[in-house]
Amino acid sequence: MSLFSRKPKETASITYVSHAGVSQTFEVPVGTSLMEGGVRNGVEEIVAECGGACICATCHVFVDEAYLPLLDKMEAGENEMLGNTLVKRQPNSRLSCQIQVTKSLDGMVVHTPEAQV
Amino acid sequence: MAAGVVIAGAGQAGFQAACSLRTEGYTGPITLVGEEAGLPYQRPPLSKGCLRGKQELDEIDLRPVAFYEKQDITLRMGERILAIDRDARRVYLADGEGLEYDYLLLATGASNRRLAGPGALYLRTREEAAMLLTELEAAERLVVVGGGFIGLEVAAAATALERKVTVVEPQERLMQRAVGPIISEYFRAMHVGHGVEFVFGEGCTGIDDDGAVRLTNGAVLPADMVVAGIGVTPRAELAVAAGLSVANGIVVDDYLRTADERIYAIGDCASFPSRFAGGMARLESVQNAVDQARCFAEAVCGRPRPYDAVPWFWTDQFEAKLQMVGISQGFDCEVTRGDLASGKFSVCYFRDGRLIAIDSVNRPADHLAGRKLIAYGGGITPEQAGDTEFDLKVAAQTIPG
Repeated sequence: MSLFSRKPKETASITYVSHAGVSQTFEVPVGTSLMEGGVRNGVEEIVAECGGACICATCHVFVDEAYLPLLDKMEAGENEMLGNTLVKRQPNSRLSCQIQVTKSLDGMVVHTPEAQV
Repeated sequence: MAAGVVIAGAGQAGFQAACSLRTEGYTGPITLVGEEAGLPYQRPPLSKGCLRGKQELDEIDLRPVAFYEKQDITLRMGERILAIDRDARRVYLADGEGLEYDYLLLATGASNRRLAGPGALYLRTREEAAMLLTELEAAERLVVVGGGFIGLEVAAAATALERKVTVVEPQERLMQRAVGPIISEYFRAMHVGHGVEFVFGEGCTGIDDDGAVRLTNGAVLPADMVVAGIGVTPRAELAVAAGLSVANGIVVDDYLRTADERIYAIGDCASFPSRFAGGMARLESVQNAVDQARCFAEAVCGRPRPYDAVPWFWTDQFEAKLQMVGISQGFDCEVTRGDLASGKFSVCYFRDGRLIAIDSVNRPADHLAGRKLIAYGGGITPEQAGDTEFDLKVAAQTIPG
């Protein structure tokens, strides 16, 4: 497909830690979302009902504090949707569909909440 | 040994039903039968992210194959159920193989309505989306037939790629079935502002060999590519053949069950009683598919409850994210909340003084509050709805339960 340029094949290493403490680390392609990285690798704690449209608030994650400053600024829509998560939002809450993986996020750790729906 | 659950259709509804059965603790066999080859995938990105270059078609699978193995869900993809033998509780696949069931779930979806002749592209499957993207590469002029969600999402995406787009809509306004006139007009003006042209009140009578589109008024619109998004027909043929009741979809009761207590229907193919619609409703949305799937799974696991989720929908076009909650059809009063010129506003719909729906443009907080308010049955007045100082979120929080 040449309408859109293919995403680069670079990856960043991302660790998803479940509420129960199970830790899984994957190489997630740069340019895809943190949500896609989780879902494609079978992280079941990320539900992502709407498929990444920032409309369902079921891909809620808690981002390790050290990486928060490296993330793109939260848009108003995501901020408002975070008011609708099942597990109450924390200062480090984000919707993983709105976080684009970049090389600088290599090594990032995110925690998934106890439940999404 | 239990025969298990057979699910006809591996779209969002069928997929979710399989997942929710396991979440609810079902331990019998689950077989998910889907017509398309490949893993079950999400459809919304086909007309949204994938057309905008934000997602790729090979990256929209709902779950990886390992998930189905781990959950012990048997996938029968690229296969089709041809008949139901209700007495034997068995379905037959195209090759004659029989699958027995304790419960059969019809999640067969819908098929696109088609124009009378050839020449148009449609958008429902991953394959069709790939075809559309390929043709879009070479096309300069597009005609989109149908000013509903799909047509307008295609129009917006193609315009963003600097294609010249004309939308033909037989009705007098856009997205007429789903939204009120204020939203229709806002979206018309927004599309026009981006260079989209519209022809209202005319249909398409045919497409010439050179691709030109003929309209009911005799006009001819030159086009390199025609995309039609003119509604759907529920896939109810299996139910019809099995003698189940069908009226704009497979008819089910409050519990999403057909007249056969072993057969349920959910998602785009099901017509169910809805207090939000004030009668039978058939909804085409992710929310409806997912919430009905959960309701079905609970019933199979011995915890039946009437289906009563508040309907919500969304569409992305240019800079506008439109989120809809409730069913606005039949409203007698529409109240604008916020300033249209700011690009962030909501329209609240009332019937007999009761809030029945909210359409929000780039105002997700109104939408979220609306889900609670409308599920509750209203709770605010038209005066409050129009007053941006009145906090909908606070009003929603004061609702019992």
